[in-house]
Amino acid sequence: MARDEQLPGIRPRPSLGRRLDIISRHSFPATSTVLLMLLCGLPFGFSDQAVLLPAITIGAVYFWSLYRPAAVPPPIVFVMGMLLDLLGYLPIGTSVLTLLLVHGLARRWRRWLTQQGFVMVWLALICVGTGAAALIWVLASLLSLHLMPIGPALFQATLTAALYPALSVLLIRAHRTIADPERV
Amino acid sequence: MIRLSIPARQVLSKLTLPVLIAASFGLLLVGKADTLLEERARLALGDSLVPIYVVLSGPLAQVRAAVSGIGDLWDMRAENTRLRAENARLRQWQATALALDAEDRQLKAELHWVPDPAAAFVTARVVADAGGVYAKAVLLAVGPSHFIRRGEIALDESGLVGRVSDVGARTARVLLITDLNSRIPVILEPSGGHAIMTGTNGPRPRLLYWSDGTPPREGERVVTSAEADAFPANLPVGTVRYNAANVPEVQPAAQLDQLEALRIFDYGLHGMASPEARRPAAEQPY
Repeated sequence: MARDEQLPGIRPRPSLGRRLDIISRHSFPATSTVLLMLLCGLPFGFSDQAVLLPAITIGAVYFWSLYRPAAVPPPIVFVMGMLLDLLGYLPIGTSVLTLLLVHGLARRWRRWLTQQGFVMVWLALICVGTGAAALIWVLASLLSLHLMPIGPALFQATLTAALYPALSVLLIRAHRTIADPERV
Repeated sequence: MIRLSIPARQVLSKLTLPVLIAASFGLLLVGKADTLLEERARLALGDSLVPIYVVLSGPLAQVRAAVSGIGDLWDMRAENTRLRAENARLRQWQATALALDAEDRQLKAELHWVPDPAAAFVTARVVADAGGVYAKAVLLAVGPSHFIRRGEIALDESGLVGRVSDVGARTARVLLITDLNSRIPVILEPSGGHAIMTGTNGPRPRLLYWSDGTPPREGERVVTSAEADAFPANLPVGTVRYNAANVPEVQPAAQLDQLEALRIFDYGLHGMASPEARRPAAEQPY
């Protein structure tokens, strides 16, 4: 919104509808991620579906931090992490830290990564997702003072990597259409 | 809004991430120190989300039914043959059961047996998966004026599912028997051996601490034991099955992957302490 107003040129009057449109485009990454997180809780009827929630959230935060970092600033990522902790029954603070680190890494690498092809972006996500699963496992084990089973952590890392291509197809489409602030 | 100079704004935006990372460490410590706060936040969130889940779970159940219907059509013939065989076997068992029931009534009448009081129950719908990567639980929508309390026992149509672990204004969370923190005293039938069934987060809980003389045998029935005042006796739990590593596990009778509605029984037992009472000993499973 700020950049729109700073650029010189002729543009339509900022009516209420137009403002709402701009706001919704700017907030799309954050709101869509939160909605996806809420949907993950529905009982789909397959075992280990709880792993879906962190897998989707990590993928979405990574994607938006790469392509629209201004739309997911650290405070928003912090709130998403709190939500993930509460919805995913993880010790509070665990996913806050994990998501902030995912966001920080994606932001640091974005200059280089966004110029590479999809495969490179995906490979980087596999590393990030595995690291995130490991960090959550370590923190959950430390905070409950006994060793958590390693199986779910491995499954989480695998699911994060496996779901990302499908997730990114959806999010890229949204990024170019309904979430694009330039297309008001 | 306060107007800042451009360098100041740049410094601030660079500092946000490290400051928030430090704050998340603080949050980890606060969460560890005060578990009650975390539990309250979860219940409040669950209570506020449950209307959305209630609305969405109806259509979702229809979709699931349609999908499983397609699968059923696929193997209808095989299923039909299996059901005929099972039906024939069950008819034999029915005759046995009726004879045993008559004998049971007769013996109880002769002994002037005092019958167990029938437990009150309510039925509630499963609206969300309330588990995490390291927890197994489901969320029930129970309506605003419910009488469900912590420690009550959840069963589906075929066996034990778990216990109510948290109760909110409109929701109740049921910790499944497969959860890592679940410990349930059980009796094996017909050998009569005692054991503790321990959740592992996997699909089948393990059996531990059986007495030396009566090791669990493959295919034995597992029922709850009234020890520790947490469960009534004789609720069906499942059957014993040895895994590849020769560790005795329990195949749950309840369909824990596909829970739709649960019956919550109040047996008047208080084996599960309230969150306030539990607070000093947060490390205890219950």
